[in-house]
Amino acid sequence: MEGFFMAFYRMGWHRTAANYVRFIANLRSFLSLLSMNTASYLPSDYIPIFIQLSLALGFIVVTMLVTHNIGPKRHSVKKDDPFECGIPTQGDARAPISIKYFLVAILFVLFDVEVIFMYPWAVNFMQLGQEGFIQMVLFMGLLLAGFYYVIRKGVLKWE
Amino acid sequence: MELTVLVIKSLVILAVFGITLLIATYSTYAERKVAAFLQDRIGPNRAGPFGLLQPIADAGKMFFKEDFIPAQANKWLFILGPCLAMLTALMSSAVIPFGDSIRYGSFEVPVQGIDVNVGVLYVFGVVSLGVYGVMIGGWASNNKFSLLGAIRAASQNISYEVALGLSIIAILMMTGSLSLRHIVNEQNGFFQWNVFTQPLGFVIFLTCAFAECNRTPFDLPECETELVGGYHTEYSSMKLGFYLFAEYINMFTSSAIISTLYFGGFQYPFMHQVHDALVDSLGSTVGHNIATGIGTAVLFGKIFFFIFFFMWVRWTIPRFRFDQLMNLGWKTLIPLSILNVVLTGAGLLFDKFKYATWLIVIVMIIMAATNAIKAPRRKPVTVPQL
Repeated sequence: MEGFFMAFYRMGWHRTAANYVRFIANLRSFLSLLSMNTASYLPSDYIPIFIQLSLALGFIVVTMLVTHNIGPKRHSVKKDDPFECGIPTQGDARAPISIKYFLVAILFVLFDVEVIFMYPWAVNFMQLGQEGFIQMVLFMGLLLAGFYYVIRKGVLKWE
Repeated sequence: MELTVLVIKSLVILAVFGITLLIATYSTYAERKVAAFLQDRIGPNRAGPFGLLQPIADAGKMFFKEDFIPAQANKWLFILGPCLAMLTALMSSAVIPFGDSIRYGSFEVPVQGIDVNVGVLYVFGVVSLGVYGVMIGGWASNNKFSLLGAIRAASQNISYEVALGLSIIAILMMTGSLSLRHIVNEQNGFFQWNVFTQPLGFVIFLTCAFAECNRTPFDLPECETELVGGYHTEYSSMKLGFYLFAEYINMFTSSAIISTLYFGGFQYPFMHQVHDALVDSLGSTVGHNIATGIGTAVLFGKIFFFIFFFMWVRWTIPRFRFDQLMNLGWKTLIPLSILNVVLTGAGLLFDKFKYATWLIVIVMIIMAATNAIKAPRRKPVTVPQL
């Protein structure tokens, strides 16, 4: 037993262990310090989100590994082709498509930015009062004018 | 955060995670049973009593199917697609308040993964990432049907996201907070529920939630009459399972968010009286915890109603055409939700009147009624006498 402790001592693990205990104690006091002011959010308050993230990731990775490994695997040239209702595959799937989808994406970027502008305004609506309301109506009016132009231009017309 | 609090929170998260998966699993069973009920059939009844083991049998089957990757697909993106769809579906329930709080010793832990002050933004952030899962999967398959389905899904999701974001701005104006718990606490009392103060916002939010979940009548990304299977044509085994499962989890989450934002979350009429009676008779710890449990049960009742509503609509309303879908999203819902915001703001500035948007509803009803009256009458079909 004594030899074991001597070996433990000689390898310097007692210091590591002591450091570990001290680290845990520091962590605990740090965490309890954080819980004192709950009004302001500190990085440690987001620990639950990381717990949820690791749970979700664990579930997904394990399921994927299991399903990759227990199913049968049989390959053939015809079978590995992309499905095209039984006829031979014609060319690559990534052919040019209608520009409308792209225009919708651009419009989305514009309007989503507008929505994001409105969030902080909406949260402080009561404090900003009448002045803030008029400013936001003006902003939305300008945006809706652009929106009207886009519609008249036929961007959202689907043939 | 004290370690005890962290442990309790982890348990809450674990419970919510498990319940989410369980409800999503049994939603597949419920969907088939509801479909059977609406179509006057029996539905699954072979596996276990009332077919209750059917989802487990389905999951087992999914695991043992061949995990097929087409030769021309981008292998890693093909695997990443369903994983991302599932991840975003599982992450969005973190900020939903499922109940009041649990008292344990001197601690009072809210029944919620995390009470961030930007809860609404977190939900929207995570939900909008969901489109990547579909898009990546459809692109990586290198199949025409998949790619078309994925592009449709992407443009549909982003179109309805704008209206979704605009429709809840009115709620934020009334509550002045982005925290979901704060929004729930604000709906204190039956007629304070946001569905009564924001009827139009609720209808817009509900429509957009259907579109975001790719549910009928907005299931164009996977409509089998045009696109075989849509973005998951090439998928098999549990990868396909992930896509389908993510849809059911999204259904659960959006039901939970609808109940939280518009139907008072875990609040129910006479909640405070029940809470006080329980605390008086059982003590401040046990009574409070039981009252919290009742609130959570009420919230789950609301969630189940909305999940049923999703299934009910599926067998009631036919699918939209793509141009109808886009017109509804851009030309109807976005202007309406902006009008909703303006009118709510005017009402709030004018003597804090919260029910201003009923004006739009009344005008719309009158317009619909006049349209119905003015519409040319169809001649009654005369049956030829034989």
